Amino acid sequence: MNSTVPLSSMDRFVSSFFNAEVAARYVAPILDGMLLTIGLGLCVIATGLVLGLVLAVLRIQHVKLVNAFIIAFADIFRALPPLVVIILLFFAFPYIELSMSAFTATWLALSLVLAAFTEEIFWAGMLAIPKGQWEAARSTGMGSWGTLVHVILPQAVRMTVPPLTNRTIAITKGTALGSVVALHELLNVSSSASSEAGNATPLVMGAVAYLILFIPFVVLGRWVETRFAWKR
Amino acid sequence: MRPALELRELRKAYGPLAVLHGVNLSVPTGKLVFIIGPSGSGKSTLLRCCNLLEVPESGAVMVDGKDITLSGVNLNDLRQQVGMVFQSFNLYPHMTALGNVTLALRKVQKMNKAQAETVGLEALARVGLTDKANAFPGQLSGGQQQRVGIARSLALKPKILLFDEPTSALDPELVGSVLKVMRDLRESGMTMVVVSHEMGFARAAADHVVFMDQGHIVEEGSPQTIFDTPQHPRLREFLASLGQR
Repeated sequence: MNSTVPLSSMDRFVSSFFNAEVAARYVAPILDGMLLTIGLGLCVIATGLVLGLVLAVLRIQHVKLVNAFIIAFADIFRALPPLVVIILLFFAFPYIELSMSAFTATWLALSLVLAAFTEEIFWAGMLAIPKGQWEAARSTGMGSWGTLVHVILPQAVRMTVPPLTNRTIAITKGTALGSVVALHELLNVSSSASSEAGNATPLVMGAVAYLILFIPFVVLGRWVETRFAWKR
Repeated sequence: MRPALELRELRKAYGPLAVLHGVNLSVPTGKLVFIIGPSGSGKSTLLRCCNLLEVPESGAVMVDGKDITLSGVNLNDLRQQVGMVFQSFNLYPHMTALGNVTLALRKVQKMNKAQAETVGLEALARVGLTDKANAFPGQLSGGQQQRVGIARSLALKPKILLFDEPTSALDPELVGSVLKVMRDLRESGMTMVVVSHEMGFARAAADHVVFMDQGHIVEEGSPQTIFDTPQHPRLREFLASLGQR
């Protein structure tokens, strides 16, 4: 053993973080973790955005009791850390006979949090549309629903793309929190692999995988912003 | 002949603040009635009661002899008969000029796209903006935007057009193009109620001028009597403040 030449610090760095042999061994499970993260992320985005939009549209109908519930929902789920919601759903709900899988708990928790923020963002967007837009549409005989769908929402959605993109990215990254309930998503897989191999390479692979996942998302958000901006 | 629009004892208040104190007004078919008065006199509120953008406390708004304030009136049908043009245009910024004009044709009158565009282009032609059909509001001048606003109402073939200070938000050199469209409409026999400070236009084009102050119609008559021989001190004061006398 003493005959081996001691590794230079550069070599040690490379073999700890960019070890090809370790990388090859863990490519398959990390890809699986990545797929699960993509699937979970898409489910969260779809559920959260749609539920948020529905709540915002309900809220603008100005029914007092309904609005009290929506506001309470939005305030509670914006205040709670997503991790707390995941843990509650996964570990506490079984006590009321409501067990769910790690996937369901993470999906539900993040969707509710995203819906709460989305509702607030859409709501603010709709309020920012001048009253004259409603009046103009109503004065041509459009009903309140038609006005909302064809005049108000298209403008509100465009206006809210930047904050919505940011919030969606922030919450979708929260899929990593699923690791605390043993969900085999990307972070969980890479950190387990890392411990098992006694080498940091799988974590670096995980980080790269997150970049591959989320950079296109950021770029897409920017594209949507410019694509749907109307000419001024 | 039955007036196209008639207001009877119309009252409107915002909380404790009374804005209209029982106003009576008759607008004969095919005539242009012009409403003048200081700001806060209730002119815009009066106009907005005519298509129920504001709901009066009491009194009647008779369109074609039917009281539209009664329950059971289909507001959306009514509003296609009583068009409105706004001070700040209120065009939909995410749609082209043609899109603005055809939206209600497609969604309310249920025309297909081709039909709606034919009608929409006709309306744009009447305001001289055929070549701007595909421009977005942000690419148009204020005068052009307001003419699109007029075309949007016109496309629905209304019986009455309400104008709420249609030129107040325009640069002076753009006012003329909008007034010209309004004059053409008058000549084509459109019934119009106009709230505006364009006294020159009132003199030249109005059939009847109404002076409002503090929620009352104080004086009304032909443009000549109102502008040349005003009786009421408040009207004289108002005209003097505008340099009209």
